[in-house]
Amino acid sequence: MSAPLLSVRDLKVAFRTQTGDREVLHGIDFDIMPGETVAIVGESGSGKSTTASAIIRLLPGAGRVTEGSITLDGRQLTTMSTGDMERVRGREIGYVPQDPMSNLNPVWSIGFQVKEAIRANGIATNRKDVERRAIEVLQQAGLADAEKRLHQFPHQFSGGMRQRALIGIGLAADPKLLIADEPTSALDVTVQRVILDHMARLTAERGTSLLLITHDLGLAAERAEKVIVMKDGEIVESGPSRVILENPLHPYTRRLVAAAPSLASKRIQAVHEREGIATAEQLADTRPAVAVKDLTKDYKIRQGGFRSEPFRAVDAVSFEIPRGKTLALVGESGSGKSTVAKMILKLEEPTSGTIEVAGQDVAKLDRREAFALRRRMQPVFQDPYGTLDPLRNIANTIAEPLEIHKVGDGASRRARVRELLDQVSLPRELETRYPNELSGGQRQRVAIARALALKPDIVVLDEAVSALDVLVQDQILQLLAELQHELDLTYLFITHDLAVVRVVADLVCVMEKGKVVEQGSVDEIFTAPVQEYTQRLLAAIPGAEITLGGGPAAP
Amino acid sequence: MEHYVAPVKDAAVVVDAIRIDEKPRNLWSDAWTDLRRRPLFWISLVVVVIILLMAVWPTLFTQVPPNNDCQLANSNEGPASGHPLGFTFQGCDVWSRIVWGARTSLSVGLLATLIGSLIGLVMGALAGFYGGWLDSLLSRIGDIFFSIPYILAALVVMSVFSQYRNVFTLAFAIGGFAWASTARIVRAEVLRVRQADFVTASLALGQSRFGTLIGHVVPNAIAPLLVVTTLSLAAAIVAEATLTFLGVGLGGNVMSWGNDISQAQQSLRVAPMALIWPSIALTVTVLAFIMLGELIRDALDPRARARR
Repeated sequence: MSAPLLSVRDLKVAFRTQTGDREVLHGIDFDIMPGETVAIVGESGSGKSTTASAIIRLLPGAGRVTEGSITLDGRQLTTMSTGDMERVRGREIGYVPQDPMSNLNPVWSIGFQVKEAIRANGIATNRKDVERRAIEVLQQAGLADAEKRLHQFPHQFSGGMRQRALIGIGLAADPKLLIADEPTSALDVTVQRVILDHMARLTAERGTSLLLITHDLGLAAERAEKVIVMKDGEIVESGPSRVILENPLHPYTRRLVAAAPSLASKRIQAVHEREGIATAEQLADTRPAVAVKDLTKDYKIRQGGFRSEPFRAVDAVSFEIPRGKTLALVGESGSGKSTVAKMILKLEEPTSGTIEVAGQDVAKLDRREAFALRRRMQPVFQDPYGTLDPLRNIANTIAEPLEIHKVGDGASRRARVRELLDQVSLPRELETRYPNELSGGQRQRVAIARALALKPDIVVLDEAVSALDVLVQDQILQLLAELQHELDLTYLFITHDLAVVRVVADLVCVMEKGKVVEQGSVDEIFTAPVQEYTQRLLAAIPGAEITLGGGPAAP
Repeated sequence: MEHYVAPVKDAAVVVDAIRIDEKPRNLWSDAWTDLRRRPLFWISLVVVVIILLMAVWPTLFTQVPPNNDCQLANSNEGPASGHPLGFTFQGCDVWSRIVWGARTSLSVGLLATLIGSLIGLVMGALAGFYGGWLDSLLSRIGDIFFSIPYILAALVVMSVFSQYRNVFTLAFAIGGFAWASTARIVRAEVLRVRQADFVTASLALGQSRFGTLIGHVVPNAIAPLLVVTTLSLAAAIVAEATLTFLGVGLGGNVMSWGNDISQAQQSLRVAPMALIWPSIALTVTVLAFIMLGELIRDALDPRARARR
């Protein structure tokens, strides 16, 4: 067996804070062999990105390596001089950052930024060679018309193209190791698949080792030979990816495998007798809670001056949600799914088409009726950090809808707030606390409690779990399922994540470029998708075809 | 590679544990932790507190009446027992006049800042929140006021209303022309806060647009305004002194640092200290407010905190 390319031993990293040093990595050991792909999987705060930053010695200001060693090809990286380290970065270790939107400088052309990387790494020095190499790099990154692209600016590139350019820059100097920190988390699934395939081909051709940092266990298992699971700055389990997935031994890994929606195959059932809907025919006798017909929304895109061009964001969308069921509206970014949600919530006016809620045409309501309608329909949004007013305590946040709609008096509102906290499984002591003391999942629970305060029939969940860690996501999905059963709620579930759809929805409506391309029950869509687009979406779910052992651990 | 499993510490995996016994942390408490370790903060705070005390209880600092006890025999005399800073041209006690003058300077400063901030807050909040033609209109009005030097504008206003030369008119003249930069800051902040989901959530709950603006947007947009307020307070105090010095501010019978400086200039060569002492009082006060404002601004900005 050959010697490892990268070897990390007993790595400890601490951050300086106002109250003294706080250790965030408590002794990490792992090896990467030449040509091998290793994935570090963990939730936010597990230390996976800190590990990556420590390897390339780019820890944020207050962080430093306190103990342990990192060796690349037998050379110590931790004690290397700054100048030597600069030569290692780029030439021997390439890096692909997480967010393609903010990691390219918007004021310089793509070509300038690629050439900068080439010159900095001393691959070519004279102008012609640099230019030729830059075109080569972009061609290898899979950008057609590389020569023309060289002179374009980041805003003229889509997210996928930017990430390709960044991968190109990362690989420009033929490094021995490429570190990719959540390289595709900000991208649509179909784009993610293409990018990952491309990155895998490039690294395989050159024999580059790849360290993949991700939160997605399915993706890690699909792409890496070896998986390292991290939690709270420690490695809890590591080994060949199939073994970890099929036979997880540590209770934390077992939970993680069980909770990963990309790996699950069944709808969450609050009560076991309750059955999902098997076919669309069964719906005929259930009255729809929400019926949308030919819904269309045009925006005007300003063209400079007074000219404007119409842009159809939503194009003749129709669907019905039966009472007490969940319809998932799925689509990639720009598909118009959130615009549909906004129109149903009456935050946007439709250009044409009708929205009926419990048989009432929403457009024909007067002010008072529209106000009353808001009591029956409530939203929960994506960003747990933006959804709560940081200056209001939890009780006031949850009581706000009661105050706006003048429901009950002070005492009954307080009682209702306590009841709601119980319903979303939060302790009553949180009443007087402020949102910044809560985690993302807890904030989302508060947002759900606020949405339920007026006892609505319909809840619109706009990417409500997309920003949460897998285990927390799983908990919130469980909670939503329980609440749906208890309170007979109807959900409109907006998401980009097909994997989540399978565990929460009864019906699916797939949108592409403003149009509904396919709709049906979850079983129909997942087992026999008709449209090519739907098939492509399903195929792009990472790790979908991996069979599991393990099974859920005790909760 | 072998399959490694870490020793299991506790079998039950707790997800999303709630830790409510931890000390609550927020922007303000973090800022406070940062501020209280800075000597400059304490120095400027002490100065500000002393000036405030002078304004409220001048008799705490001096027993000598500033106006009624002036004797021409003492004109331009140096320090004497009970009169630590000497006498003015009119034979009044310099220290006493500085102490009593603090009230005028602060009243004009506070009032002008209050007026300026209120106008700026209303204009900026409406422009930022409602957008569209209202934004265009209010922002253009702001631009017009921004382009007029407010000392010049206040000078014109005070000359026109020369028969009403008191603290209120002066504060209105200064504040009424100094709100444009505040409005810009508030507008930018409101534009940022407006994007937050809690604003959309409030609208979806059925809250009116205006109710959402008052209840959610403005409280979250106000932090940078507080910092600007201390800076404009300093600017307004300077403006008062300037206008009074030029003879269009407060009447000659009003005790203010501007008046003291103005009156001392005629005997600058024989008794420079009568001019220098009120100037020092003015400078120290203004510096204290500016430093306080900048320290608070840095403390509220975590990135600025990390830089130091």
